Amino acid sequence: MKPAPFDLVVANDMSEALEALHQGGPEARVIAGGQSLVPMLNMRLARPTTLVDITRIPELSRIEANTDRINIGAAVRQSTLERWPDLADRLPLVHAALPWVAHTQLRNRGTICGSVAHADPSAELPLCLIALGGTVTLRRRRKTREVAARDFFQGMMSTDLAPGEMIASVTFPARQTGTGYSFREVARRHGDFAIVACAAIARPDGTATLSVGGVADTPRTLDLPADPQGLDDRLNEFAWHLQARDDLHATARYRRDLVRQLGRATLEEALSCRD
Amino acid sequence: MPRLTQNETHPVRFTLNGRPVSARVQPRMLLTDVLRHEIGATGTHVGCEHGVCGACTVQIDGEPVRACLMLAQQAEGCEVRTVEGLATDDALTSLQEAFREHFALQCGFCTAGILMTLDALFLRQPDADEGAIREALSGHLCRCTGYAPIVQAALAARNRIKGGPIDA
Amino acid sequence: MKDTVTERFVGRSVARVEDPALLSGHGRYIDDLPVSPGTLALAFVRSPHGHAEIRSVETAEAARAPGVVAIITGKDFAARTRSMTVGVKADVECWPMAVDRVRYVGEPVVMVVATDRYLAEDAADLVAVDYAPLGAVVDPVAALSDDAPVLHPSLGGNLINERRFRYGDPEAAFEAAPHRIGIDITYPRSACTPIETYGVIASYDPGEDAYDVTANFQGPFSIHAVVARSLQVPGNRLRLRTPPDSGGSFGIKQGVFPYMILAGIAARIAGAPVKWIEDRLEHLSASVSATNRQTRIEAAVATDGRITALDWDQIEDCGAHLRAPEPATLYRMHGNMTGAYDIPNMAIRNRVVLTNKTPTGLNRGFGGPQIYFALERLMDTIARRLGLDRLEVIRRNLIPAEAFPYRTTSGALYDSGDYAKVLDRAVAEGGLDALYARRNKARAAGRRYGIGFACVVEPSVSNMGYITTVLTPEERAKAGPKNGAQATATISIDPLGSVTVKVASVPQGQGHRTVLAQVVADKFGLPMDAVRVLADVDTMRDAWSIASGNYASRFAPAVAGATEIAAERLRDKLAKVAATQLNIPPDDVIFEAGRIGAAGNPDNNLSFARVAATAHWSPGTLPDGVDQTMRETVYWTPPELEAPTADDGVNSSLCHGFIFDFCGIEIDPETAEPKIDRYVTMHDCGRILHPAMVDGQVRGGFAQAVGAAFLEEYAYGPDGSFRSGTLADYLLPTMVEVPEPVILHHETVSPFTPLGAKGVGEGNCMSTPVCIANAVADALAPEGEAPDIVLPVTAAKLAPSIFGDEPAPKDPVPETKADATTGGRKLTGEGRAMVQASRTDVWKMLLDPATLDAIIPGSHGVQKVGETRFKADVTLGVGPVRGRYKADIDLSDLDPPNAVTLSGQAVGALGTGGGQGRITLTDTDDGTEIAYRYEAEIGGKVASVGGRLLDGAAKVVIGEFFRALARHCGGGASSGALARLRGLVDRVIKGGRS
Repeated sequence: MKPAPFDLVVANDMSEALEALHQGGPEARVIAGGQSLVPMLNMRLARPTTLVDITRIPELSRIEANTDRINIGAAVRQSTLERWPDLADRLPLVHAALPWVAHTQLRNRGTICGSVAHADPSAELPLCLIALGGTVTLRRRRKTREVAARDFFQGMMSTDLAPGEMIASVTFPARQTGTGYSFREVARRHGDFAIVACAAIARPDGTATLSVGGVADTPRTLDLPADPQGLDDRLNEFAWHLQARDDLHATARYRRDLVRQLGRATLEEALSCRD
Repeated sequence: MPRLTQNETHPVRFTLNGRPVSARVQPRMLLTDVLRHEIGATGTHVGCEHGVCGACTVQIDGEPVRACLMLAQQAEGCEVRTVEGLATDDALTSLQEAFREHFALQCGFCTAGILMTLDALFLRQPDADEGAIREALSGHLCRCTGYAPIVQAALAARNRIKGGPIDA
Repeated sequence: MKDTVTERFVGRSVARVEDPALLSGHGRYIDDLPVSPGTLALAFVRSPHGHAEIRSVETAEAARAPGVVAIITGKDFAARTRSMTVGVKADVECWPMAVDRVRYVGEPVVMVVATDRYLAEDAADLVAVDYAPLGAVVDPVAALSDDAPVLHPSLGGNLINERRFRYGDPEAAFEAAPHRIGIDITYPRSACTPIETYGVIASYDPGEDAYDVTANFQGPFSIHAVVARSLQVPGNRLRLRTPPDSGGSFGIKQGVFPYMILAGIAARIAGAPVKWIEDRLEHLSASVSATNRQTRIEAAVATDGRITALDWDQIEDCGAHLRAPEPATLYRMHGNMTGAYDIPNMAIRNRVVLTNKTPTGLNRGFGGPQIYFALERLMDTIARRLGLDRLEVIRRNLIPAEAFPYRTTSGALYDSGDYAKVLDRAVAEGGLDALYARRNKARAAGRRYGIGFACVVEPSVSNMGYITTVLTPEERAKAGPKNGAQATATISIDPLGSVTVKVASVPQGQGHRTVLAQVVADKFGLPMDAVRVLADVDTMRDAWSIASGNYASRFAPAVAGATEIAAERLRDKLAKVAATQLNIPPDDVIFEAGRIGAAGNPDNNLSFARVAATAHWSPGTLPDGVDQTMRETVYWTPPELEAPTADDGVNSSLCHGFIFDFCGIEIDPETAEPKIDRYVTMHDCGRILHPAMVDGQVRGGFAQAVGAAFLEEYAYGPDGSFRSGTLADYLLPTMVEVPEPVILHHETVSPFTPLGAKGVGEGNCMSTPVCIANAVADALAPEGEAPDIVLPVTAAKLAPSIFGDEPAPKDPVPETKADATTGGRKLTGEGRAMVQASRTDVWKMLLDPATLDAIIPGSHGVQKVGETRFKADVTLGVGPVRGRYKADIDLSDLDPPNAVTLSGQAVGALGTGGGQGRITLTDTDDGTEIAYRYEAEIGGKVASVGGRLLDGAAKVVIGEFFRALARHCGGGASSGALARLRGLVDRVIKGGRS
């Protein structure tokens, strides 16, 4: 269980990183915290020819908070965000979700953007990004683009990232007054990938969204009007249309059960904690 | 732009338990293998090589991380601390003593990683409560003890550390 | 000599002598040991198939890879060794690596020896094995059917052994009983999974034709004979050593022995020492696990719940090979198949079958979890069926205290116990009434809460002859009797008077060295640090026998007992020496505080060291009748462990502890997750030598049992693919999942062991899974028929009971069929793509290799090898997970230009895939709609480690193909049009309806 050979480029700035990714083509990959990638390297599931380490690029280690957006650089570790003093106030959903991301030892290395790039359908951070309507900033040589999270995630571990391109940062909309946020998850064990994870946002006008991870190939969102009639029916339709599958850890039926049960509880909590 | 080419060794330098060390390794070599087999610090153990078991946990710049999920080259310039760096002059620290007193280890294979997580926790959070201790240790698998004595040892160590000067 | 020594250490929780080294990173586990310069690394090419013929093995490219020293195939290996001994009479071979056929995923196929592990794995990737897949069978009952694939053709079937037993008069008892109550039990596969994996360092000395093997093997050392025979050397040419420390075993490290043979041969062929440290993927797929078992158990029951007879029908699944000491799992409990109950009549039918799963071996609890799950679920069922209180049914059947030593109907001799008293104490001190109150309160509030019980007799110190119960009495008579359980201990005193104890107990973390220092220090009146204990083994230098090792909870009763005897003999000798020097009768000599003196005359004494040193420095001054040997070796075996009798009675173990557990479990109404509210476990393990270590054993076994009850399963797909290949799939409980049990003790001394102790290490692995299952059953259905509880008890399994019938969707949703209970299943899916091309054009493209090559993402070439047959070389994957595969594709059911069926097989380093898909083409306004439906099976590494993600990954890979096809058809369109098209295709492929 040892990685196959690869070149390692330790980039000191963005241009070095982008040049190395450009040269490396589709077989080059970014490594930041490596908490998703290195297991795949060790198992030889992934065999990139070039790895580009971006953790030493100063500009990628920043958390930039504006009035309505929080921009998180690609080298910002999950634990760094977890300890950011404004997190609970500015990003209550992420604040609630981060403790569910693996374990503290992995969050100490793992990055926010790395989890987004990995696009595991059960992962908490892509779910938060989609739930909040965040964006992903992608850079390649001579080109920068910003993609909405819902367009970025294309399927199981599949994203809009093109060869030669890397995530430079992700942007989360900040908490809005009068809005309630709630996050709940069921996993086999503490710290495991979610069987179902729910993120709910309840707005001042009573409308709400429920986003669900762990069921479909990407996190999916259900929009709910204020004071919805027949919430149970809506949740049931939503649950079925996520097309859950059986796997080793849970049945499709149980996943639907959780969308109905946990989904409702998460929504209720979000509605009740609006401030 | 520094490119460390595959199939060749390249120097890596870091401090290990306060002492500078260096090795020549391929880009793909894991930190666990460099610590254990290049430097000879075998106190850090390898249990799964995919980040789940926690046996290989070491401190990088003060934070507990999985050494099996780090390329050795990523440790360049870092301060690496392992279980060998806990005790000085053959005397166990309060944390280690508490583990002994509470029978918080049996085979000892997972213990090094657990100690490194707790050591970092108490440094950052000297008054960590039982919930924080359990949360931090949930990233470690122990197959011998059933965990309860580990929690007791951690609580005892915390009390001792809080009550007096921090060891070592 | 007066036995006035007060025990200062035994019975107290003294600090462990092992700990300072282990706590400071100075343990010496196998991977920490120094090796000779030039030691090479070993890696394996392993089978991706559950069952396949090996057509050919191509090693030339691998042999040329950097650092490679030797590449060894199964045929190379078999040419130098003999098949391993099989424990039953059957025409079957048992090789440590595949020779011409693979029978489980992970089976070693090729050994690669290189200068380091990284290079060895690089070369292993270059070995090309051509397999012809065979049908696989993973279910033990299915394996018995006439049309099941046969693993070993020489056997003619998959049943390798069957025996029927009859004790008392079971037929008459069933005839006479008013009730016949039975249940069927499916017990899954799990293992206690140590955190340290296997490791072997082997070298070969051609001059002496001798192997030197160091392995973190745990025993039993009867296996030494199996290894030596397979290597074709006498026992004295196989030096087997164990490292001083081992990172846990729980039985599992017995299973390292095939790798001793493999590494020995690898070292011999490579001409240099070879080291192999198993990685976690290897461990999970190919070390050993406990057996899974299908059981039917029936009881003849009187109206008051008294059981007069049991009828067992057990089908034991030992995996692909019957490796020594199997089928021991099935026979270890043979003497105690009636558990804690006084049941005079019993019938047993035991069948051992082989399936396409990893071979089984020792595992904590060894046979106990399987039988007690059945027996104690049966007790629960009897109470329900007769409308009796469950505890009352247990009580009425317990063996009465006055019956000890008690001979069970199948021949065990239970040494001691007072089961009713122990149970009563547990009920009182464990707070059962309060727990009932909690349950009633919870139920009154509409919550799901249940209480479970389990009563277990925990055997320890196995009779080495019990396994021969698998042979018929005639076969046994022919082979000669096997029995006993030899334990060895050597104590020596050096010229400075310090004491060294040497045992062959091979501890795996249990603290043997501490306990023996306690025992010996007490005996000699010395401080503990005057006694140094070594417990690792070197078969060329140490006293050992076939029962040596660390298993069957034999340490405290047997090894500590042998040590006690050795210490006593040496003390008697020292007393005689001291008596002369002190001028007192030997009977008046006492050992205290590091001195040997006269009882009643404190001033008349000598230092222990001085007396002990006499034999070294002036043997001529020793009194008559005392020799100069300051070393005592004891080989101890209990006389109670006799060979099985002619009527199949067997005293399968020396000691029999007693456990009574009860627990309360609540099921979360929102998530269906079961949670232990309170767990009480009462143990009678005889005399307790070190209370903290005993509790440590209880808690450790309990935690593993919690894992087995709720989380852990070695899952296989019906095709033999392995699904639990990582620690994110095979789930060991963390600190959060393991509650702290309430531990109670009762001490009934064993009359059969020198120290009165019994084993204690395995009990909760036997009692806890079924106690939990009984509580879950009570939570789900407080009255009436018992629900079928199959471990692991997951929330997903409980959901239908908790949430009831599922509401149907208003809009129909495409059915996604799957079988999650086995973890293995076919991947199925469907999708649609719109392309801007006519139906005829699309049809042509699908059949044209050049077009296919151009549009298949990651294609390295498509060849047409027949009218409807293609070969392709493609890189497939999702995200960073990519592998190169060689694929054979057949087209069938051609209906041009409307529909076609594609079927194919793909093989690559990451695993294998096979499946078929039906594609249909329909005209639309601006092109063609392509609809597809597929069914695929994926095996090998990617299935073992990526099970959770396979469905989605298949969807992405297949979707990519049709996206590419759509792109191809839109060739020449502006990028805007292309993007629109992609958007359209993406939307339909992703089925994004919500």
